[in-house]
Amino acid sequence: MTGHLAPRPGFVLDVDRNSPPIVFHHGEGFRLEKLPPGRSRVIYPAEPLEGLPDPDSAIREALLNPIGESDPLPALLRPGMKLTIAFDDISLPLPPMRRPDIRQRVIEAVLDLAAEAGVDDVHLIAALAIHRRMTEDELRHAVGDRVYDAFAPDGRLYNHDAEDPDGMVVLGETPHGEDVQFSRRAAESDLVVYVNINLVAMDGGHKSTATGLSGYTGLRHHHNVHTMRNSRSFMDQENSALHASNWRMGKIIRDAGVKIFQIETTVNNDTFGREGPLALLQKREWEWSARDRMQFLGMKAGLDVMPTKVKRKVFSSWQAPYALTSVQAGEVEAVHEVTTENVYRQHLVPVEGQTDILTMGMPYICPYNVNSIMNPILVMCLGLGYFFNLYRGRPLVREGGVLIMSHPTPWEFNPVHHPSYIDFFEQVLADTTDPVEIEKKYEKQFAEDEWYIHLYRNSYAYHGVHPFYMWYWGSHALQHLGRVIIVGGDPAAVRRMGFQVASTLQDALEMASDVVGPQPTITHMKNPPILMADVT
Amino acid sequence: MPAGIEPASPRHPLGADYDTSWARRYPARVARAAILESVMRPTMAVIASPARRGLDRLDDVDGPVVFVANHHSHADTPLLLTSIPEPWRHRIVVGAAADYFFSNRVAGAVSALAIGAVPIERTKVGRKSADMARDLIDDGWSMLLYPEGGRSPDGWGQEFRGGAAYLAIRCNVPVVPIHLQGTGRILRKGRTLPRPSRTTVTFGDPLTAGHDENARSFAARLQAAVAALGDEATSDWYQARLRAHAGTSPGLTGPDVGAWRRAWALGDRDRRSRRRRRRWPAL
Repeated sequence: MTGHLAPRPGFVLDVDRNSPPIVFHHGEGFRLEKLPPGRSRVIYPAEPLEGLPDPDSAIREALLNPIGESDPLPALLRPGMKLTIAFDDISLPLPPMRRPDIRQRVIEAVLDLAAEAGVDDVHLIAALAIHRRMTEDELRHAVGDRVYDAFAPDGRLYNHDAEDPDGMVVLGETPHGEDVQFSRRAAESDLVVYVNINLVAMDGGHKSTATGLSGYTGLRHHHNVHTMRNSRSFMDQENSALHASNWRMGKIIRDAGVKIFQIETTVNNDTFGREGPLALLQKREWEWSARDRMQFLGMKAGLDVMPTKVKRKVFSSWQAPYALTSVQAGEVEAVHEVTTENVYRQHLVPVEGQTDILTMGMPYICPYNVNSIMNPILVMCLGLGYFFNLYRGRPLVREGGVLIMSHPTPWEFNPVHHPSYIDFFEQVLADTTDPVEIEKKYEKQFAEDEWYIHLYRNSYAYHGVHPFYMWYWGSHALQHLGRVIIVGGDPAAVRRMGFQVASTLQDALEMASDVVGPQPTITHMKNPPILMADVT
Repeated sequence: MPAGIEPASPRHPLGADYDTSWARRYPARVARAAILESVMRPTMAVIASPARRGLDRLDDVDGPVVFVANHHSHADTPLLLTSIPEPWRHRIVVGAAADYFFSNRVAGAVSALAIGAVPIERTKVGRKSADMARDLIDDGWSMLLYPEGGRSPDGWGQEFRGGAAYLAIRCNVPVVPIHLQGTGRILRKGRTLPRPSRTTVTFGDPLTAGHDENARSFAARLQAAVAALGDEATSDWYQARLRAHAGTSPGLTGPDVGAWRRAWALGDRDRRSRRRRRRWPAL
């Protein structure tokens, strides 16, 4: 990595005979794969942009100089008012960042202004919609000990509860007939300050509040197969039905009189650090030094013999040294426009033309298994949902093409975090893998199951309907692709999802040629660090 | 001695003239690190049970800084030396009263070796101390100073003197305010044997002097910052910020009333920290 030079943009490498083997993420491990020369290419993410030199000053500057039709934050604060600060949950950023978390920096800056204005009635809410509740340690990590100790002991810092009958309210209905469900505390506040971390282009904007502070009644209108199939992609706001639905809901929230001051931040691509044991994952393979090669071989050999539980512990302990690249505050839509530009500045990589076969190395983490297990449904969601949709223009792989993912895909679930996933995998997928049929036949039953609701509200479980949304997340890819193959996956788990399993990448390429013909073109998406393909 | 005759300079100068440069050479630094890790840290863990807060506020700080803290006890310095994080911990000197710690050769040598003490004049304005401190900071050393000039006589703090602020302005380095809570109960002035007690070390945001600030006004701001940290340690961060912005933070120096009422008020202030920890959960 070139610390003293400007960061290099992402680019596409055409693989030839001299190209070194490429590192594929493979859950809590790695694979070195040689791609066929002459017809393969590798998309590399951009190097990390430089972070802002003084994050705290930049945050304060953003609060005092808002974007769009909004007064500076101090002008919106007054004694006797009701202030609610909502913030992104454990699913952002990935992996969790080193302390101090951006949310802590921003929330402390907001609270300092609130203290200056003499605001006493302040609540802080982890806007997790139907995700699992955050533990005390996770909340402390996100907001910092000072804020936690000041607000949590007397119940003024808490997780959003989308199933609290007294805590939720329907603010209205969009012209498309979508119910807009919202946190009652936020709806009754004089000001809602939302603190966001915009890791990918899908995050932020009206989605922060319209989704984060909502519940099943509201989410079902856009977390469904129809919306996902019409979001091409859901990372591209101009062509995302998910985005459009959230924006319609945002307008209803605004018209209902809820005043929102949106604070959005972006981070760079420094996922694995410029130094340290994982730094070589951010280097391009042909630039590896002899020391990097030795280090990689040693790391791989160690991981290959390490028990899975230990590997999970090791990887879960990794915290990314992300740096803040931008912070903007004010009116939701104006803020999000600038945020999206900043996300694209780091992530977009121009790519010419589609490919027959798209390959991906799936890492150990996705938004829904932080400090948990990456179960097969989450592997599907990360690959066919998130990674497949990291495009603008056209999908990287042509219609009817093949997606090859590399992941162990164990038949293993965290029973505390993902109880409904177990039943979804055992019962629903055993019956059908068709998202439309699943939605019609099973969704309501799982969403309204009293036991799942109890676990969501009182334990640390994802909501009963969450595995359905994970499956819908991949419905655009399922419709688009001719075949999905998982390299190194557990055969039973992979087949349960309707996919094929291969032992090696070469086997997978052979199997793919049945669908796309001989001598297919291959594109490998080297992610993470995150990239978004701008396909022309 | 007849006028006009200069007295011979002592062979082994003491007080502010004591030469501590040997204590910053490599062998002495290694010895000090060993003392710190093998003696001070376990001792502090046993008698002070420190809770360390606000260390994240130092994340964006680079280079040498001046640490300033309120001063209650001889336990303050070992507690701080074991609390201040790297990279400052092993490249720090402690401003120590020249007339107390360097009054004889043995005390001077022990102070310089064990805590990295450097002599600071506290009874008069001396150019020598200031020049030495400036040279050390310019050389990359950080400095720990107690701007109150000595340990608290009654458990309340004393007005901050301007030396630390002057030094920070002169060297253009940030000042990190620190509040110590509870060390007065361990070894307050007048006691000879320590008594174990729980302590809290709260680090504050680094402060730099404004363009229009002089040593006196900057010292007042440092005192207010340490007082606000004290409020944070005894209540919570947000309540402390509310009071700090309203200008109603409890002062370091306590109420301006008679001695017994000051002692009484001190009891009120310490009530939270004296609360016994629940050994069993509420059933």
